[in-house]
Amino acid sequence: MTASPIQKMAQKTPDGMARTIRGLSDRTIAWIFVAPTIFLLLAVNIFPLIWTIRLSFTNFRVNRPNNDVEWVGLRNYERILNDPDIWNTMQATAHFLLWTIALQVIIGFTLAYLINKKFKGNDMWTTIIVFPMMLSPAVVGNFWTFLYQPQIGLFNYVIAFFTGADPASFSMIGDVHLAPWAIIIADTWMWTPFVMLICLAGLRSIPDSIYEAAECDRASKWRQFWTITIPMALPFLMLAVLFRGIENFKMFDLVVQLTGGGPGNTTTLTSIDLKREAFEKWRTGYSSAYAVILFVTVFGLASIYVKALNKVKER
Amino acid sequence: MSFSVTEPTKGTKWFAGILVVAYAVITIIPLLWIIATGFKSPSDSIAYPPVVVFEPTLEGYVNLFTDRTRATPDMLEAAGPPETWYEEIARERGTVISGPSRYGERFLNSVIIGFGSTALCMILGTAAAYAFSRFRVPLKDDLLFFILSTRMMPPIAVAIPIFLMFRNLGLNDTHLGMILLYTAVNLSLSVWLLKGFIDEIPMEYEEAALIDGYTRFQAFYKVVLPQAATGIASTAIFCLIFAWNEYAFAVLLTSGEAQTAPPFIPNIIGVNGKDWPAVAAGATIFLVPVMVFTVLLRKHLLRGITFGAVRK
Repeated sequence: MTASPIQKMAQKTPDGMARTIRGLSDRTIAWIFVAPTIFLLLAVNIFPLIWTIRLSFTNFRVNRPNNDVEWVGLRNYERILNDPDIWNTMQATAHFLLWTIALQVIIGFTLAYLINKKFKGNDMWTTIIVFPMMLSPAVVGNFWTFLYQPQIGLFNYVIAFFTGADPASFSMIGDVHLAPWAIIIADTWMWTPFVMLICLAGLRSIPDSIYEAAECDRASKWRQFWTITIPMALPFLMLAVLFRGIENFKMFDLVVQLTGGGPGNTTTLTSIDLKREAFEKWRTGYSSAYAVILFVTVFGLASIYVKALNKVKER
Repeated sequence: MSFSVTEPTKGTKWFAGILVVAYAVITIIPLLWIIATGFKSPSDSIAYPPVVVFEPTLEGYVNLFTDRTRATPDMLEAAGPPETWYEEIARERGTVISGPSRYGERFLNSVIIGFGSTALCMILGTAAAYAFSRFRVPLKDDLLFFILSTRMMPPIAVAIPIFLMFRNLGLNDTHLGMILLYTAVNLSLSVWLLKGFIDEIPMEYEEAALIDGYTRFQAFYKVVLPQAATGIASTAIFCLIFAWNEYAFAVLLTSGEAQTAPPFIPNIIGVNGKDWPAVAAGATIFLVPVMVFTVLLRKHLLRGITFGAVRK
């Protein structure tokens, strides 16, 4: 990096506003260091977001660039909110969100609780459990379709082995009733370790002295669990739920590879629906409005949740 | 040995250990199944009941890296004896290799885009994190929250204007476009994580350096950077893994030139429909490096996945 332009900038910084230690003032350095990051984020995140909002009030279609672009006001939003199909995808998303979070919290917390018993080799087994979470959801999701194959799939074989059913008699991704569970199982397999890791940190943060005091007071293990372990691990658990909630609301790669949204629309989560509207039907204006609604929903729910989380932390 | 009331009993440890190991074994089976399927012959891969013991073959890997065409016995006769071992495997199936497949290119794209975006992200992220950690930046908390909030957007939601923007700038389906995009997506992670790591380095080191006559820049790269090396390395691996795994933007914004491996692997098809051993081989080559990185990262895993919100 050449010194001259930077020095020029440094000279432009008003005196008295900055502490200068040889060379550049801290203030200038701070700006030089932060500006590129902020610029890139504005260009790739905020600018597109504003553009999306603008497009959401038009009837623009990317595949027909020569058509006149009209301002349609709030019509896109009206149509989306009155569309029963979209409410169905919202319901599918809610079903997916609730079950994945519930299962992951229960299994993840139990695992963390067990690992915290510090048996020999717990570090190694924790690392093994974490593997699925770090892998590419699209590649793994695609492979789950193989495990879910009727007859030849390993998943069907194992289920059939334990229940005595015919492994060719059910198709996890072809059946309207089973497909929503197929994506829940795959997602739970993949992301339970995430909840587990955060819960483990929570459990490890509880000082032994509290349990020792409880022992002195002759509190039963059961009572210790409910009055010490759970309340003290709760902020961590809530943080895990926040992360999983946001991530699964955006869920795209794993499910699109697993079921592609089918059969019918049973596993069409909002992101998949949005992708169809935007990049298959090319209804750009309409899908922009859809995107804005989704973003506002995530952001709104997350803010309310963070407020609740902070209250729990303060206690 | 000291006695403690909080130390679990031996029985509890055994019980907990057995349950956790059982879960670990169940959870790892799908991954082992991917790796095993890569070494199966097509008939073994779709056998019923599923076969666990089988004769390993490299057919899946040969099919992954080559394009083949069906050949009549006469054509095979005329082509002469196979020259290489992979040629031989293809011949056994009555096919001839017509050329390399696109998997190599796609994998290379993943490497270029992954490492390119990670490098850029680390340069920008370290600088910004240092500034946020050490200086009084106006609106610091707002800026930090803004950086984090960029992660909340569903990728598909911003994909429409990014698609339009990239088209106007000629960045669609280019390495540069994808590198810039993944850098922007990963910046929130790298800034937040690195700020945490730099916060932990005592300010006194730098102050001593400044008194010794170092400039701020010198103090930054001669004192802070070496101290933060572990943090920077683990943050880099996180960024790399994310860029490596990313699918949504890759499938929407790339098709030929710059397509990465994740959109490509699911579409591998063989001569007779879906070629699962080849898909599994492609997945194995793609996933195993990440597993190795996970083992290297295990100390910092928690921090990475929570954006530094939870530190051990």
